[in-house]
Amino acid sequence: MCGGGNRAAGRGAAFLLLRGRAGRAHSQAAGTTACAVSRGPLRLHVPEPTGRPGRETDFSYLYLAPAGAVARPPVDVSPRDTSDLAYTLIRVLDDSGRAVGPWTPSLDVDRLRAGLRAMLKTRAFDARMLIAQRQKKISFYMQCLGEEAVATAHALALEPGDMNFPTYRQQGLLLARDDIPMVELMCQLLSNQRDPLKGRQLPVMYSYKRAGFFTISGNLATQYIQAVGWAMASAIKNDTRIASAWIGDGATAESDFHTALTFANVYQAPVILNVVNNQWAISTFQSIAAGDETTFAARGAGCGIASLRVDGNDFLAVYAASAWAAERARSNLGPTLIEWVTYRAGAHSTSDDPSRYRPGDEARHFPLGDPIARLKQHLIGLGVWSEAEHEATAKELDAEVAAALKEATKYGSLLDGHTPPLESMFEDVYKDIPAHLHDQLRQARAES
Amino acid sequence: MASMTMIQALRSAMDVMLGRDDNVVIYGQDVGYFGGVFRVTDGLQAKYGKTRVFDAPISEGGIVGSAIGMAAYGLRPVVEVQFADYFYPASDQIVSEAARMRYRSAGDFTAPITIRMPCGGGIYGGQTHSQSPEALFTHVCGIRTVMPSNPYDAKGLLIASIENDDPVIFLEPKRLYNGPFDGHHGKPVVPWAAHPMGEVPEGHYTVPLDSAVVFRPGNEVTVLTYGTMVFVSEAAVNESGVDAEIVDLRTLWPLDLDTVVRSVKKTGRCVVVHEATRTSGFGAELVSLVQEHCFYQLEAPVERVTGWDTPYPHALEWAYFPGPERVAAALKRTMEP
Repeated sequence: MCGGGNRAAGRGAAFLLLRGRAGRAHSQAAGTTACAVSRGPLRLHVPEPTGRPGRETDFSYLYLAPAGAVARPPVDVSPRDTSDLAYTLIRVLDDSGRAVGPWTPSLDVDRLRAGLRAMLKTRAFDARMLIAQRQKKISFYMQCLGEEAVATAHALALEPGDMNFPTYRQQGLLLARDDIPMVELMCQLLSNQRDPLKGRQLPVMYSYKRAGFFTISGNLATQYIQAVGWAMASAIKNDTRIASAWIGDGATAESDFHTALTFANVYQAPVILNVVNNQWAISTFQSIAAGDETTFAARGAGCGIASLRVDGNDFLAVYAASAWAAERARSNLGPTLIEWVTYRAGAHSTSDDPSRYRPGDEARHFPLGDPIARLKQHLIGLGVWSEAEHEATAKELDAEVAAALKEATKYGSLLDGHTPPLESMFEDVYKDIPAHLHDQLRQARAES
Repeated sequence: MASMTMIQALRSAMDVMLGRDDNVVIYGQDVGYFGGVFRVTDGLQAKYGKTRVFDAPISEGGIVGSAIGMAAYGLRPVVEVQFADYFYPASDQIVSEAARMRYRSAGDFTAPITIRMPCGGGIYGGQTHSQSPEALFTHVCGIRTVMPSNPYDAKGLLIASIENDDPVIFLEPKRLYNGPFDGHHGKPVVPWAAHPMGEVPEGHYTVPLDSAVVFRPGNEVTVLTYGTMVFVSEAAVNESGVDAEIVDLRTLWPLDLDTVVRSVKKTGRCVVVHEATRTSGFGAELVSLVQEHCFYQLEAPVERVTGWDTPYPHALEWAYFPGPERVAAALKRTMEP
């Protein structure tokens, strides 16, 4: 018997489900190499996505499970008893838009409608900003098209005072809130005189302490261990607040990710460790970060951390898993790692052209669909939403975004020279400006 | 006042700050139960408990990265990197994160952390327990780099570093932990108990960051130095007969340029001494600053006495170490023209 069979025999029903989907790929592998072990010259294995431009993707690598099929353990489950959940896929919304199974959250209709609105707002915001970049109003942009459910539903499961340590693709955390004006976000994107970050950061690298949104670095993975440190501090101070760390599939290869898992488990830090697996890190396919035949959630399980693998395009599943992890963190039950399986439907950034490395229509074939369409279908099924309301809301939000952009543009932009003043370059390097920077400011003024 | 070694003075600084500020936490490899491989945190866990002083996994990146997160929460972490030679895995967290947290977030988040690291050689530590990487930090905008040379300054500077709102790299010359080493390695160790700078107040006081001190006044040549080389330079001055003024920089960056310039303008000559490798070392910055600010007062080329541009060797440690003979020779050369 090949290795995979033994592994499956040792696991629960959820894992068998997973292997059922993966069986084809596995038996192919078995036929060529695994069973008849033979020593030949050594070969280096370089993972390759099944799809490339002109070659359709075989999504069986995703190891899906049907909606409602995965058990929901109590929050005080021993992490070692969650390892099956790291290899399967927690889903609530089935293909017809019904909420099924033990992970179905109790969210009232108003909150569901607010969630749909937050996703629509995020999509409308991204779409307008993408155009603004193409029109050369802003220098650079990164959208989260197709991943809107992950941040907006997660935001719903956190409490005031909790701190997210996001990547550049969690703008949904901010757009799901009512207290961060879109005009202010846009001033950051425009790097103009009203940019709260004084034009120091690339567009999208927001910082909103007041909204529980840690300053985005632009370096990858560094925030992951910082989030664990923040959570440790909250525990040291006997606080009630928790941290939520964010990372993409590609950046899990950085040492800061693995360090964060070690620290989180060692100190049982009250932190949610989110891995947004959107399949692509610029042109790097997810298996280049993790290798074949594993999951990102399995990284957590290996560190002794309760770990879930969840349908990231399923608003209800995202909320349910986030709430489960938050409850664990807040109850001194330690960290939870959650892999959100989703798809980066857009380019990595405005400097990227994904048609050069993946099939142009891959997003349409992604088996977990579109998060907005799925929640919309669910709400229509419940009889609390309609196509007409949906269209009207989308239009209204687009008009809101357009009006905000018009206002923000009044305050100028990087490209028309309405940038922060020269002296701001020398501020905030240290708390107080030291003598050598005063000298350099004088020199910069004299020479400009 | 009490007689303290540098180890005791550093411990006293942390003891004082743990007592004064509930937001101070201390952690690193072996620092908790055991009290650190150099015993600097000995007894602090027993006194303040396991959530204020604790052991960390062997991961410098994790230690510094988690400290940045704690600082973002509102704590004032003081972390130990067991040897300065081991800080490299934490480089990204120091250079790209701690140093720029205030700047990139326009003050929304800050990183008031202190990173302690024993540095320098003279203990037969070989190439991974002897390095002086200060120039790698002084090149980074947004952090402060401090290196005391004696127990009094060590305690005052460490308290000032912990209270400072910028991230501080606090380098501790390990050869000075137990006594003022003058570079004559064959001689018995002089304990701090026999030196006036071993007299340290027991309570709270600070030595301001950004302030150099004239360690030995003199008229013929200025020696710009810090850490272990302060006492080596003193021995060289005594043995060469050159009436040199020794400036102990104490804080390397941001630098107390006024004290440096005042001294060099007075003497008209300058020798820069450090234990670290020469090329692109902090001495190069000092020589450049002296040239910019004192060119018309200089009567001789500025000399550098440094470690050689090689890894710190185990067997040939004293051939590498810039001892008093090499410093004295440079002082004499500088006086020649």
